[in-house]
Amino acid sequence: MKILVCIKQVPDMESRFKLNAAGTWYSDQDLAWRMNEYDEFAVEQAIQLREQAGDAEVVVLSIGPDRVKEAMKKALAMGADRGVHIQDDASYGKDPYQIASAIAAYAGEQNFDVIFTGMQSQDRGSAQVGLLLAGMLGLPAVTTIVGFEYDGSQATVRRELEGGLKSVVKLSFPAVLTCQLGLNTPRYPTLPNIMKAKKKELVSLPIADLLKVEALVTTAATRFPERKGGGLILEGDVGELTEKLVAILKEKTTVLK
Amino acid sequence: MKALLIAESRQGKILPGSYETLAFANKIGAEAAMFLVGSEDALPKFDGRLYLADVAAAGEYNPDEHLRLLLEVVAKESPQLVVLSHSSYGWDLAPRLALALQAGQVSEVVACEGDTLVVPACNSKLQRVVRAQSGVTVVTLQSGAFSLAGEPAGTPTVEKLAAQAGAKLEFAGYEEAEKGGVDLSKAEIIVSAGRGIGKPENLVMVEALAKALGGEYGASRPVVDSGWAEHNRQVGSTGQTVAPKLYVACGISGAIQHLAGMKKSDFVIAINTDRDAPIGEVADVLVVADLKQFLPALTDRLQK
Ligand SMILES: Cc1cc2nc3c(=O)[nH]c(=O)nc-3n(C[C@H](O)[C@H](O)[C@H](O)COP(=O)(O)OP(=O)(O)OC[C@H]3O[C@@H](n4cnc5c(N)ncnc54)[C@H](O)[C@@H]3O)c2cc1C
Repeated sequence: MKILVCIKQVPDMESRFKLNAAGTWYSDQDLAWRMNEYDEFAVEQAIQLREQAGDAEVVVLSIGPDRVKEAMKKALAMGADRGVHIQDDASYGKDPYQIASAIAAYAGEQNFDVIFTGMQSQDRGSAQVGLLLAGMLGLPAVTTIVGFEYDGSQATVRRELEGGLKSVVKLSFPAVLTCQLGLNTPRYPTLPNIMKAKKKELVSLPIADLLKVEALVTTAATRFPERKGGGLILEGDVGELTEKLVAILKEKTTVLK
Repeated sequence: MKALLIAESRQGKILPGSYETLAFANKIGAEAAMFLVGSEDALPKFDGRLYLADVAAAGEYNPDEHLRLLLEVVAKESPQLVVLSHSSYGWDLAPRLALALQAGQVSEVVACEGDTLVVPACNSKLQRVVRAQSGVTVVTLQSGAFSLAGEPAGTPTVEKLAAQAGAKLEFAGYEEAEKGGVDLSKAEIIVSAGRGIGKPENLVMVEALAKALGGEYGASRPVVDSGWAEHNRQVGSTGQTVAPKLYVACGISGAIQHLAGMKKSDFVIAINTDRDAPIGEVADVLVVADLKQFLPALTDRLQK
């Protein structure tokens, strides 16, 4: 069985963002980078499936500048077998259609049985790439999975809807599945596995070899949202903060009797 | 401008997001027709043309068939915009449609400014202003971003579509969340724990404050996903919707899916080390502090 897992490297969302010089995206300076949270569940599911299937291989793929190899190394340390890095210093300017096209150009010749992706990225949040990729490869796809079982011939997935409701969906491979938070418990890479990962194959391919289409959506500008809330911000010494907050609770609410 | 609005029905009910697509069409002054895979027994309240496919024949989750039906309607209506909710139904169908039409898709739209659309980025810390470069554009709307001025009203003119059975994906039914345990929707005071608590042992600080205030404790999704709290304590779009007198968010960043579950609270206090955390948008008071110091101090003070 051949398994592909597509991941993205994103900044820590607790970062204080600044804009890039063109004002089209965040500046990538002085940020802490990590694997997109949704993708951690995708990587874990890919590895669990490989462990179950036995004779199987997990390939991890990521598009971006060289730094994204750090996130790929984490996936390799978690247990992916090899990595395919699509080198693109300007990946932030590509739309989901272009990203999916580039992945499809690579994956089209490889005949993967299953492709896992995160349901969306934490920074762009478009939730499109997995489905576009599936469409381009002519594969069935289920999004937002929070449960996965494979019985050797058929997969049963749980697809999350609103308010705690799930639908149960059965499908056969090949297929694309997009992974939601809580699908499984992503493992932490152990030190020996981090060492082993350093020896695993990680090839880089230039984006120009794979991407042949123009963007369907372009970014005119990126900006900070206008603050509408305008609530009170309290800062300072913990003792003073508690006094201030208790006073506010007494004045503005009826919860303190 | 012509817009095709995708209404949603689930288990025999029209979902409220359907009317948000209508609010969006009204806002941009588009002429609107609607598409629904549903039933004649539950039609959206809307004065206009409704293309209706029978859900009993098409299946409630059968994206290939829903897409086929939708493409039929797009061919008839030639809309410039196809509008869906950014919901589990919408984000699953929209990219399939966009690809079939070679259309650009703009996800989770919160505003429309001239010929551009505004979408959130980085947990709503940033906004992108985007422009589709295609003849047809597919958009999904952030839940709650657009709403009708009044109650929905009207009766659609129904045009039926013939749905076909058969699917690559076999929908095998629904699974409800487990019932029982605490009912947060009844609590007047809720103190919720987010990932900022760091480790499960720190949940007691949140519980203690909830107790000192005479309320219940809730949680954000990662806390539930990690198994530190039960699912019936999860607040948000995939958990409970609550509207207590007081909601205290401890170490919760304020993702849109969390806000969906608590933004109707009367008074919101957030405790967060990040001054820029988006929870600040809905908080009446944002206390910039480490919850590990602040929560025990506040609990102590309240017990005095
Ligand atoms: C379809 C879908 C449905 C979802 N449904 C839900 C839902 O129902 N409910 C839900 O909650 N989420 C839901 N989510 C997930 C949501 O997008 C966020 O990932 C989640 O809400 C983040 O939880 P958090 O705020 O606890 O964690 P984070 O976003 O990781 O935030 C942690 C916060 O803690 C702060 N912090 C860290 N340390 C401290 C400290 N010592 N003291 C004080 N503050 C600290 C940080 O500054 C940060 O703001 C859903 C996501 C999707 C895609």
